[in-house]
Amino acid sequence: MNSDKNNIIDEVTQGEYKYGFVTDIEMEMAPMGLNEDTIRFISKKKNEPDFLLEFRLKAFRYWKTMKMPRWAHLKIPEINFQDIIYYAAPKKKKELEGLDKVDPELLETFNKLGISLEEQKRMTGVAVDAIIDSVSVKTTFQDTLAKHDIIFCSFTEAVQNHPELVKKYLGTIVPYTDNYFAALNSAVFSDGSFCYIPKGVRCPIELSTYFRINAAKTGQFERSLIIAEERSYVSYMEGCTAPMRDENQMHAAIVEIIVLDDAEVKYSTVQNWYPGDKKGKGGIYNFVTKRGICKGKNSKISWTQVETGSAITWKYPGCILKGDNSVGEFNSVAVTNNFQQADTGSKMIHIGKNTKSTIISKGISAGHSNNSYRGLVKISKKAENSRNFSQCDSLLLGDKCGAHTFPNINVKNKSSVVEHEATTSKISDDQLFYCNQRGIDTESAIGLIVNGYAREVLKKLPMEFAVEAQKLLQISLEGSVG
Amino acid sequence: MLLNIRNLHVSIQEKEIVKGLDLSVNNGEVHAIMGPNGTGKSTLAMAIAGKGDYTITQGEIIYKGKTINNMPPEDRAREGIFLGFQYPVEIPGVSIINFMRTAINEHREYKGLPPISALDFMEKMEEKKKLVEIQSKLTNRSVNEGFSGGEKKKNEIFQMAMLEPTLSILDETDSGLDIDALRVVANGINKLRTKENAFVIITHYQRLLEYIVPDFVHVLYDGRIVKSGGKRLAFELEEKGYDWIKNEQTK
Ligand SMILES: Nc1ncnc2c1ncn2[C@@H]1O[C@H](COP(=O)(O)OP(=O)(O)OP(=O)(O)O)[C@@H](O)[C@H]1O
Ligand SMILES: [Mg+2]
Repeated sequence: MNSDKNNIIDEVTQGEYKYGFVTDIEMEMAPMGLNEDTIRFISKKKNEPDFLLEFRLKAFRYWKTMKMPRWAHLKIPEINFQDIIYYAAPKKKKELEGLDKVDPELLETFNKLGISLEEQKRMTGVAVDAIIDSVSVKTTFQDTLAKHDIIFCSFTEAVQNHPELVKKYLGTIVPYTDNYFAALNSAVFSDGSFCYIPKGVRCPIELSTYFRINAAKTGQFERSLIIAEERSYVSYMEGCTAPMRDENQMHAAIVEIIVLDDAEVKYSTVQNWYPGDKKGKGGIYNFVTKRGICKGKNSKISWTQVETGSAITWKYPGCILKGDNSVGEFNSVAVTNNFQQADTGSKMIHIGKNTKSTIISKGISAGHSNNSYRGLVKISKKAENSRNFSQCDSLLLGDKCGAHTFPNINVKNKSSVVEHEATTSKISDDQLFYCNQRGIDTESAIGLIVNGYAREVLKKLPMEFAVEAQKLLQISLEGSVG
Repeated sequence: MLLNIRNLHVSIQEKEIVKGLDLSVNNGEVHAIMGPNGTGKSTLAMAIAGKGDYTITQGEIIYKGKTINNMPPEDRAREGIFLGFQYPVEIPGVSIINFMRTAINEHREYKGLPPISALDFMEKMEEKKKLVEIQSKLTNRSVNEGFSGGEKKKNEIFQMAMLEPTLSILDETDSGLDIDALRVVANGINKLRTKENAFVIITHYQRLLEYIVPDFVHVLYDGRIVKSGGKRLAFELEEKGYDWIKNEQTK
């Protein structure tokens, strides 16, 4: 590698994280630390029914018996859970109290992030739930959605207005016993989105949640629940950013999706939490449990994710394919640069007959980062004639980064077929020179090649997201070649 | 003079490949470079285009009156130097359309022009596709990915047509082409010939030169141009091979 190229790598990997600013706003916070009082505090703040407080406390007691999981290919520093603030909400200003108005300061924050919460200014076709730290500040287009009897609101509101739905489904896909972070989230979750699509309704607009961490020393523990009744359809997207800080911040989320007969849910994520600086200082620890169940026959769930942010990512969106003929998809681009670490992949659990799943994972590693694919494909005895196809590709930019694949395949019947393909590649000097010779400089060339590499996944994203994701890939990586 | 190469020495990994080469090309001229395998033809082409690991240890490449020894390759391209590669690389997932639009826009930015409009770009694509008789089913694919040898070469000529270079260096663009494709490529080149534009055509076969009549033919041997002449030299080489030249050299 020549020194010119090294310079470009340096220049680009130092490229500023665009969303690193902090909004100076008065906050209401829980006292630092984690105990049953913290949990009662959160539950009270949210005026929760008893069943929910009970759920939280049970989860907390269970969590206390657990240990931090160490099986991932990640170096996770000791996390002091008493050193985190578990609830932080922007204070409503006096003059805005009682009104359904959003603090202009917060509107401005979201504007800066490219998210307009003023409906008339928004591109039509996307409803947004905007969540800052522990609370949702606004959900747009609720009226439009109500016309179709679609419920799209913050989790907190759902608890107040639709407690029966929350009670029926909460924790049914990801029980608090599922894993360490799921237990933690179940104890202290603050807000998130709730979405209910009634029978036979195709949601006419894209639904999206935008998560923003703002306050220092806080953790974000959101929880989302999506229910798609028979023959319904929804496309849902989430985005996330956080300020640049030297300390690490914790994000542990849960998403549960329930899909009934002939229904379909598309879930897309562009994860751009602050990744830390080029020396590996700061950044978000991102521990996420996302799982959906294809409960009904012919139902479908597809996860599409573009992961560029976070210092540590621990995330395995999965599908339980319970209904006969149901379909699960996982499409992922995960980029790590500098000292970022990602251990991500998918779980496909085949239970119903003729179920089908596809996993496409594209890992891109640069700098000193580590990027692992971890997958579980399980085909139970009853899941006759099921199929899985997995493809895990790794692209290495430079020679100080690592890429790993940990596929785990478990097939319990003879009529099913599982295929797994894996490749590792590099951007070659010849490819770069070919681009240079056409007048394209090395930075743009890398952007072009990386986007080409990820194209299969990017094209699954909703239009609005695809453009953003492409730019993001370019920013996260330009120039990092060896 | 468009291109003036003086006493050029080029090394790859410390090994000298081009060993004191001189070549002058004027606007409007077509030069053919022939010579045995492994004598430095591609190395010369790469050095003119500015590939990083081709180190110029001595001499000068002067293009449009400026020494370009240290000019980055993308700037050479934007200044109008095009290289049709002997072995074009595959760039998976990058569509030819996206690739060409990016390239054209970088050329335009260099000249202080705004990006090309989608409409103008598509029109240009159509026009050039006709010129080099290339099918949409090819241009809709990723750059060279899974292309046959001949298709790759056609794609090089298509890109040349799109970028409208002043100096085109074509490194064995005729190798691997069937007779029809050869004629199409040659026609394309002839249509792009103007009083301004010059071509340096590296080839092993005089066949191509039947279609594209060169003003000069040079023989490159052991890193130097050892013989130059008119188009008759090409016939002579085809007939007699290179031994007589090698013999002349060792005398
Ligand atoms: N990257 C490289 N590393 C080491 N040697 C190289 C490299 N590239 C070229 N060479 C050597 O330089 C010499 C000249 O190669 P070049 O490709 O310029 O030949 P050529 O005249 O184009 O041959 P051909 O007619 O076969 O295309 C050859 O001996 C070749 O092996
Ligand atoms: Mg050659």
